[in-house]
Amino acid sequence: MTAPARDVGSRGVDSPGRAAVGARTLRTDRWWLPPAATTIGILIFLVYATVRAFQQQYFFADERYLTPFYSPCVSYGCASEPGSAHFGMFLPDHPLIPYAALSLPFLLLFRLTCYYYRKAYYRSFALAPAACAVPEPHATYHGETRFPLILQNSHRYFFYLAVVISVINTYDAIVAFRHPTDGFVVGVGNLVLLANVTLLWCYTLSCHSCRHVMGGRLTHFSKHPVRYRLWTWVSALNTRHATFAWITLGTLILTDLYVALVASGTITDLRLIG
Amino acid sequence: MSYTGQFRVWRGDADGGALADFRVEVNEGEVVLDVLHRLQATQAPDLAVRWNCKAGKCGSCSAEINGKPRLLCMTRMSVFEHDEVVTVTPMRTFPVIRDLVTDVSYNYTKAREIPSFTPPAGLAPGEYRMGQADVGRSQEFRKCIECFLCQDTCHVVRDHEENKESFAGPRFLMRIAELEMHPLDVADRVSAAQDEHGLGRCNITKCCTDVCPEGIKITDNALIPMKERVADRRYDPLVWLGRTISRRRD
Amino acid sequence: MTDTERHEYDVLVIGAGGAGLRAAIEAAEHGLRTAIVCKSLFGKAHTVMAEGGCAAAMGNVNENDSWQVHFRDTMRGGKFLNNWRMAELHAKEAPDRVWELETYGALFDRTKDGRISQRHFGGHSYARLAHVGDRTGLELIRTLQQRIVALQQEDYAETGDYEARLRVFAECTVTELLTEGGAIAGALGYWRESGRLLVFSAPAVVLATGGIGKSFQVTSNSWEYTGDGHALALRAGAELIDMEFVQFHPTGMVWPPSVKGILVTEGVRGDGGVLKNADGKRFMFDYVPAVFKGQYAESEEEADRWYADQENNRRTPDLLPRDEVARAINTEVKEGRGSPHGGVYLDIASRMKPEEIKRRLPSMYHQFKELADVDITAEPMEVGPTCHYVMGGIHVDPDTGQSRVPGLFAAGECAGGMHGSNRLGGNSLSDLLVFGRRAGLGAADYVAGLGRRPVVRDAEIDAAAEMTLAPFAPTAPGVASENPYTLHAELQRMMNDLVGIIRTEAEMAAALDRLGELRERLHDVVVEGHRQYNPGWHLALDLRNMLMVSEAVAASALMRTESRGGHTREDHPGLDPQWRHRVLRSRCPRGPGDDAVVPRVVVEPAERVPMREDLLALFDVAELEKYYTTPELAGHPAGHSAGSPQGGTA
Ligand SMILES: Cc1cc2nc3c(=O)[nH]c(=O)nc-3n(C[C@H](O)[C@H](O)[C@H](O)COP(=O)(O)OP(=O)(O)OC[C@H]3O[C@@H](n4cnc5c(N)ncnc54)[C@H](O)[C@@H]3O)c2cc1C
Ligand code: SF4
Ligand code: SF4
Ligand code: FES
Ligand code: FES
Repeated sequence: MTAPARDVGSRGVDSPGRAAVGARTLRTDRWWLPPAATTIGILIFLVYATVRAFQQQYFFADERYLTPFYSPCVSYGCASEPGSAHFGMFLPDHPLIPYAALSLPFLLLFRLTCYYYRKAYYRSFALAPAACAVPEPHATYHGETRFPLILQNSHRYFFYLAVVISVINTYDAIVAFRHPTDGFVVGVGNLVLLANVTLLWCYTLSCHSCRHVMGGRLTHFSKHPVRYRLWTWVSALNTRHATFAWITLGTLILTDLYVALVASGTITDLRLIG
Repeated sequence: MSYTGQFRVWRGDADGGALADFRVEVNEGEVVLDVLHRLQATQAPDLAVRWNCKAGKCGSCSAEINGKPRLLCMTRMSVFEHDEVVTVTPMRTFPVIRDLVTDVSYNYTKAREIPSFTPPAGLAPGEYRMGQADVGRSQEFRKCIECFLCQDTCHVVRDHEENKESFAGPRFLMRIAELEMHPLDVADRVSAAQDEHGLGRCNITKCCTDVCPEGIKITDNALIPMKERVADRRYDPLVWLGRTISRRRD
Repeated sequence: MTDTERHEYDVLVIGAGGAGLRAAIEAAEHGLRTAIVCKSLFGKAHTVMAEGGCAAAMGNVNENDSWQVHFRDTMRGGKFLNNWRMAELHAKEAPDRVWELETYGALFDRTKDGRISQRHFGGHSYARLAHVGDRTGLELIRTLQQRIVALQQEDYAETGDYEARLRVFAECTVTELLTEGGAIAGALGYWRESGRLLVFSAPAVVLATGGIGKSFQVTSNSWEYTGDGHALALRAGAELIDMEFVQFHPTGMVWPPSVKGILVTEGVRGDGGVLKNADGKRFMFDYVPAVFKGQYAESEEEADRWYADQENNRRTPDLLPRDEVARAINTEVKEGRGSPHGGVYLDIASRMKPEEIKRRLPSMYHQFKELADVDITAEPMEVGPTCHYVMGGIHVDPDTGQSRVPGLFAAGECAGGMHGSNRLGGNSLSDLLVFGRRAGLGAADYVAGLGRRPVVRDAEIDAAAEMTLAPFAPTAPGVASENPYTLHAELQRMMNDLVGIIRTEAEMAAALDRLGELRERLHDVVVEGHRQYNPGWHLALDLRNMLMVSEAVAASALMRTESRGGHTREDHPGLDPQWRHRVLRSRCPRGPGDDAVVPRVVVEPAERVPMREDLLALFDVAELEKYYTTPELAGHPAGHSAGSPQGGTA
């Protein structure tokens, strides 16, 4: 279906038959603020994450803290930080291949296809629509009915992978309590890693696909009491999914920054136990 | 505690119209509809406004106030500053009839296209047993008062007249979700939701949820779960690869 | 008329509320071509506002419930004035009608074992109201609306046309019924949207137009409630009965002024809310009338225990029938124990957890929060009486819903008799379903048995059309024109002040005078603008009906020299058994020289049909003696208890 040529002035709210109001929108509030803030927030994260992913330095601190941006560390390059590769090394060490090349693309896709982030970038980057009752600039619109956006429907598969990666992150956070020479220790970094992974779980489990898999696809809840209970929990988390989406962007940066600062010797990790 | 409020009300019909300025008395506790009624009684007796219950229950008085889709009877004057100009226009997604009244027949047409509730054969009245847990989800959707504000705000049709044909709108995609989650319904509307009613056109940007006066979580609880059900049925990765390739070809 | 469109149907249903839709479903299912006409959009009729629930003795919550108990409650609530046959049919058929809604897709709140949950309401012995939170009317109307759509889809599958057999004419107002030789032939109306006229030819018309509350200033009713059906029926030759009985709901919002009258559901009290005066006293314990002595709790402790254990305690007097509670509040306010804005307090905040309140009464929470800045989970509501329902209505045959005019049927609020002098909460929604269905059936049978269809005559169309367009005609030179909004406001204030909860002979006489004056002024109403969606014009036409109905109310109220249910005469405060067996009938004699715009209404007393003996036997004779004269009770199997004086004190 190709869009018929039409007078740009007479589409959308200016279509024939609709009230001829003149102004495209009469909203008087600062409707452009949320999409602008979203754009800035996402850009900050993307720039930070890209720089860090390719830096291949300062990702492992105190011989036990592995930043989530390098987990799992599976490149031969991880050998530069002994103990950082928990699952073996098999990817070639190349400046254009992040050490965590096995997880990062999927995490990116997980968030890219996330129902919340979709909303966020459709509104802020695609301006479709920038805000409610504010006309979008596009002449035609097909939503998620065609390639490539129809691929958004694969979100659930990235959710499954994200669960696996979250398990790996959890493993990282747990083994970080063991120092190769000092044995069991607890430092501020442990708390940072733990908080980060907890919030990552909150984000991952509050996923809409998770809600669907847990019980959303059922019609008769009363015949599946356990799944109903799970669905209820996930639903409660799900109402805060957008919040977790933003919080985890923040905590990922902070966690990584903490590890990087300790690794580079800029700050020292405070030991609480051991 | 009265003051004189400044109002701009769109007046006209399908052939054209304009915002008309009014200065009108506003009293404590009033809603926008009260002020419009005062305009009718004192300055513009033929000002067309659709309303019914004046209690936010019937969904008749939908319009746009300062550019936002809202119920006239549930928008209190206290949310505006005394010197603020309050602009009222009809809903801008539907054809206008006169002044603030629009032709909402699009919605009734769409309602008719959704396959109705289909009970299991041979079940007698009174034999029905279903738990509160089973009916809870659909009950949320049945709170809908059919104000059509969600339909009005949804950019899929608001900004693209041509999509009206293929898109049922949030209200009626939610109706599909309601029936799909209905414990007694035996019909299947999952594929039709995508193919005939345009679920794929929704890009989950949540404007419908934002404006719903009943506070129904349309996107989170109806549209996204329906998208997931469609994915169950349709977007097994290999299947879609094949389908996308063939669709790109023709 | 050149711009008049014509339509032909077997059955024309006027009104798309619960009663109209149920009637239309029945007629359509019997294969008749059916049209539904309504003033507002499809699905917005007044029924949508019903909150608390729909009464039906299903016995899901309390197994002791049965149609007999429901019947007795209904008769008591109406102070034995009800048409007993209607009350009987209603009590027997309501459960089936509610279950039927489930087969149409309705989702009521559930009990633990998965059946329809039921809640307490004033005057009902057991938890009896099927409900969905506090939006039961919405569920009911949406379900019926969707059932209509389902029928249209069936027709579409068969004929390729959704409207082949069943069509909804929304935003279309009927202004006159057309008759031939005294039998219904059709109706004339106009499209609100365009102002164009349309004529229906139909041998059967079902009136389901609802109530009359818009004639009063403080009301829970919407603009639709202008008594159109009542007036149409009068003008077509039918009779109204019981028009003096107007229900004032005890709990309407009182503040801020713009929402004054909006309903606060009785469900608040059914779920545990209590009424208190300015001193914090639960005053309802002081207002249990003699006829109900012994049936209600006498202490706060007992009343509170009742919520948990209903077998061993009596219910709280907060749940007395509505007329009693409304009068009690009226007295408290008059005697200076009211709240700041002239109401009393309704307190649920101190009796239930906030989450529980929000779950059970979501729209009440929302309504107070949005409209009055009151958080009902933290503070009490201020409430006072509001005009809510008219018990009086078109006189119909209980079984078929047919009026005196062949082919004219009525159901729902616009029909009279079912509720006697006072309606119990929740009995209306079930009334709509039971008698909506029966009227649809009655119309179907009538049409099937009809030899020749009455024909709509052009002269009558022209006369009706002229009347409909009259408000556009300029007044005679030198006569100042009237504004319909002003007239309406005056009517509302007058009815509120003079024909309100408490009435006197002098006030009634004054009201009739004022009505005569308003009638004259209506002739001079001139509306501005065009016929396209012109609310001033619509109101001018509605005023005709409001004036006729108001006259019926005031004239009946003047004649009935007793106090009972929704009719309280300060000058005749007691129940009078001599009035119990009499009914007041209103009709339009339509003599020569009568006003064509607002024809005169006359009211005459007549005798009621005595109750069938097996039904009478359902009551204790001691109770009946409070209402009946001794000779009337001769038929009671228990005879009358020896030595008791002729009943009726209260
Ligand atoms: C706020 C509120 C709460 C209530 N709560 C309850 C409750 O909890 N339980 C209960 O049992 N009852 C309740 N009631 C009462 C009950 O809702 C009504 O009595 C009932 O809905 C009336 O239904 P109906 O079908 O007779 O008419 P309505 O639903 O009022 O429908 C009337 C129809 O007639 C149409 N009409 C009128 N005049 C014309 C005309 N001239 N031409 C064409 N169409 C016309 C209207 O457009 C409308 O479609 C409540 C009432 C109110 C106001
Ligand atoms: S979430 Fe979907 S249906 Fe709702 S407004 Fe946005 S695009 Fe429309
Ligand atoms: S879903 Fe909400 S916004 Fe949409 S029609 Fe229903 S009540 Fe209105
Ligand atoms: S992660 Fe956001 S919806 Fe799945
Ligand atoms: S008038 Fe009914 S919702 Fe506003």
